[in-house]
Amino acid sequence: MSSKQTVNPKLETQNSKPDRHPMDELLREDRLPHIWCSGCGIGVALTCFIKALQKCGLDLDKVVVVSGIGCTGRVAGYVNLDSFHTTHGRAIPFATGLKLANPELKVVVFSGDGDLIAIGGNHLIHAARRNVNMTVICVNNFNYGMTGGQVGPTTPPGAITSTSPYGCFEHPFNLPYLAAASGAVYVARWTTLHVRRLEKSILEALHKRGFSFVEIISPCPTLYGRWNKQRTGLAQMQYYHDQGVIRHGLDPKEADIGLHGEIIEGVFVHIEKPTFLDFCSDALAKSVG
Amino acid sequence: MKYWRKPLDIEYLKIPRGRIHILKERCKGCSFCVEYCPCDVLEISEEFNAKGYHPPCVKDEEACVNCGLCEMLCPEFAIYLDEEEEVPVP
Repeated sequence: MSSKQTVNPKLETQNSKPDRHPMDELLREDRLPHIWCSGCGIGVALTCFIKALQKCGLDLDKVVVVSGIGCTGRVAGYVNLDSFHTTHGRAIPFATGLKLANPELKVVVFSGDGDLIAIGGNHLIHAARRNVNMTVICVNNFNYGMTGGQVGPTTPPGAITSTSPYGCFEHPFNLPYLAAASGAVYVARWTTLHVRRLEKSILEALHKRGFSFVEIISPCPTLYGRWNKQRTGLAQMQYYHDQGVIRHGLDPKEADIGLHGEIIEGVFVHIEKPTFLDFCSDALAKSVG
Repeated sequence: MKYWRKPLDIEYLKIPRGRIHILKERCKGCSFCVEYCPCDVLEISEEFNAKGYHPPCVKDEEACVNCGLCEMLCPEFAIYLDEEEEVPVP
């Protein structure tokens, strides 16, 4: 019942048209249906994010969604909030600038693995090191989806993609380990099948002070699953159902993802640490007086 | 429903009920909702929408318990639930 009291008044006026999805109040309806393929998990990730926003009680006029380039980068164009579609890989620097210029804003970076981890990898680790107050939601589909399914830094060894036809032979990034080692205060990983836990996790991340990181493992049937014996989104969801293992508080070092092995999920890091803005105001108080 | 013993609070318990709304033109036929409905309420219909996909249809409306999983799993924002009046346990 408490969630009803905290609903933004702006939303209540728009609601109540018949045959209207309850999430349409936070979506740009004119742009739907979206461009994501049938069976893609980004829509599920966005559903969970919107559900979490509806429950979070934050002032939605002060929530900003920042996206980079890629399939997941389209999220900024679909949410009916202040949003920012930035250059490739630079979502986190734009978000840092937004937060520093206006500390009242709640900044959410919603982007894909190719954007946040590959080209924007350095920005991710430095934002986590500084503990900038923002929430980063990274949708990981193990390849570069929008450009044709090329091998990426998260592709598991042995996986076939359009640029690794004999199987990928590189070590992939373990994203929770990367974020935790860089200094993030909240690190979680979920698949798109575990929607309720994912929603709760995004809610926790939104309320966390500091750099919170949520990785969402998502199906990409068109470009990744098709080559790797999971031809439909449903087959990939079934794989998450069979191989998903929830281990809260596990050392993220052990949360590696193999090609067809277990997917370890859960909240790995949940700590308190002074944030970048705390240090900023301290330093300012000392130097200016 | 069969019980091996009658629960003491059975008179106070209520079963939630939901009504399913499907926005057929948004559906892309991924069938997540049909597969993961815990009460098997939905099935893939024979009809086509404008994009040529088979949207789901309601097979057994009485079985829906308003859990909201279809709404959360749908990547297309094409299915939602309305809460209906709860019914007593039979």
